[in-house]
Amino acid sequence: MLSYAIRRLMIAIPTLFIVITVAFFMMRIAPGGPFDQERALPPEIEKNIKAAYDLDKPLIEQYTIYIGKILRGDFGPSIKIRDFSVAELIMAGAPASMQLGLSAIFLALIFGVGFGTYAALRQNSTVDFVVMGVAMVGIAIPNFVMAPLLSLVFGLYLSILPTAGWGDGGIEYKILPIIALALPQIAYIARLTRGSMVEVLHSNYIRTARAKGLREKLVVNRHAIKGALLPVVSYLGPATAAVMTGSVVIETIFGVPGIGTYFVKAALNRDYPLVMGVVIVYAVMIIFLNFLVDTVYGLLDPKLKSR
Amino acid sequence: MMNKDQKTAMLQAAGAPGEIEGRSLWRDARIRLFRNKAAVGSMIILAIITLMAIFAPLLSPFAYDQIDWGYIQEGPNWENGHILGTDGNGRDIFIRILYGARVSLAVGLLATAVSLVIGVTYGAVAGYFGGRIDNIMMRFVDVLYSLPFMFFVIMLMVVFGRNIFLIFVALGAVEWLTMARIVRGQTLSLRRREFIEAAHATGVSNFKIIFRHIIPNVLGPVIVYMTLTIPQVILTESFLSFLGLGVQEPLTSWGVLISEGAKVIEAATWMLIYPAIFLALTLFCFNFIGDGLRDALDPKDR
Repeated sequence: MLSYAIRRLMIAIPTLFIVITVAFFMMRIAPGGPFDQERALPPEIEKNIKAAYDLDKPLIEQYTIYIGKILRGDFGPSIKIRDFSVAELIMAGAPASMQLGLSAIFLALIFGVGFGTYAALRQNSTVDFVVMGVAMVGIAIPNFVMAPLLSLVFGLYLSILPTAGWGDGGIEYKILPIIALALPQIAYIARLTRGSMVEVLHSNYIRTARAKGLREKLVVNRHAIKGALLPVVSYLGPATAAVMTGSVVIETIFGVPGIGTYFVKAALNRDYPLVMGVVIVYAVMIIFLNFLVDTVYGLLDPKLKSR
Repeated sequence: MMNKDQKTAMLQAAGAPGEIEGRSLWRDARIRLFRNKAAVGSMIILAIITLMAIFAPLLSPFAYDQIDWGYIQEGPNWENGHILGTDGNGRDIFIRILYGARVSLAVGLLATAVSLVIGVTYGAVAGYFGGRIDNIMMRFVDVLYSLPFMFFVIMLMVVFGRNIFLIFVALGAVEWLTMARIVRGQTLSLRRREFIEAAHATGVSNFKIIFRHIIPNVLGPVIVYMTLTIPQVILTESFLSFLGLGVQEPLTSWGVLISEGAKVIEAATWMLIYPAIFLALTLFCFNFIGDGLRDALDPKDR
């Protein structure tokens, strides 16, 4: 088990390294330096400015300085939003994004596993087809279509929730973004759970459990669910990545003051440090989470545990 | 060896109606595919959408960037010719959807082609050589796999500017990972087979073995996965265009149209609904065809 975790860590560390390296070199080859202006600066001033930002040093040295700064959580100042550092902006956006993201994943797990199990237990019945059909639609309709539709129906036609905005951060502003984020994941997890549950229910150890006369409820809750949830656990990493990606669009649509909104604005304004900062922070979070999920998976899967 | 006429004559003498044609695996698969109603229906719908996209200028009296000052942001109306309404600039939605289809489908096909070339070559090489080379190459894929790719594509767009060719390349460069994994797995199981060993023994070069003998034999799963990659690419392109990072005005794509529609959803629902229908329909069709192909090419999986 320990060797398994160490092996996963051996993947996680180079990944992080690649991310930071790619970000660094992308920033260097980007056209237009941060101090390019209409009017050329006097050479001495330009020299001073470059020295202040270490731009006069050789590339390799800049690179090591950059890595050092990132390890300390310093992503430099934002170019377009004056007087704010990238780290401050990310921290400002984090609470809203975290709340939405975590709630969406939580919701997706509960409903996804619930619907999936329910459909699997009634395999090939009408209920099964309906649930899977709805799930298929949920996957095919992209979230940037779903979100405006939700806001149209619940915000405008029914007028029970605000169409967009964050207000004072009250719960009514969070419901629609969370649902819009969670829906595709609910659909995906439901399909995943159903598939693995059907497979598990046909396996030998379930037949044994039934043969020794256990009640169906016990068979499902104690024996089947454990095996059937393994694929769902390993999907948690990609699910988080998908929710993060989705949050970029959802936050923009609903006007949530989160990391995603800052990211889109930065991307449109060519605010390089902010874009790189967000990419690195998100990559680190996903790499860490993948590592965590892999380790948990190793604990759960008896085939890996024995190794 | 008998020629065809002799065979037929013998068969007829034996009371058989005539030449019995051998059925290749591909032909079997085609028959199974055409029995799948969802897949056939999807192919027809896709063919219609594609034809409409190709012949777009003939289908509407308006040009895609033509402004009709009399009808700014008006709903669908058969009488004035704007059958799906007009947008905030008085441009016809129907023709814009068709031009968007051109971009979306082209991006889908081209980016998938890019991912196909990279993924198949990479996977076949890794699987064929095996051992340490395979280990290193697949570890690299693992590393890339765990990254939030959309953010990298956006980063690329920010750094290099929003260029439509860059979209093709960036999306293709992102989508090849799964393809590489699939091909590598298939190749691993192929490389110890007799026909590969025979090729080896007769002195065929590694390069030729990979491209002449391995790759044609992994085409089945590759085609299935390709059909499933196209909708993913279309979706990703729409996502970028929705954020304003993809295709730029006056060109358009479904993502751009949906984003324009989403902004005025209270006033002009048709601007969101119709492009969204086209996008969702296309994604659906590709998914159904992919499923149909998988069932057709790999019947034991059912």
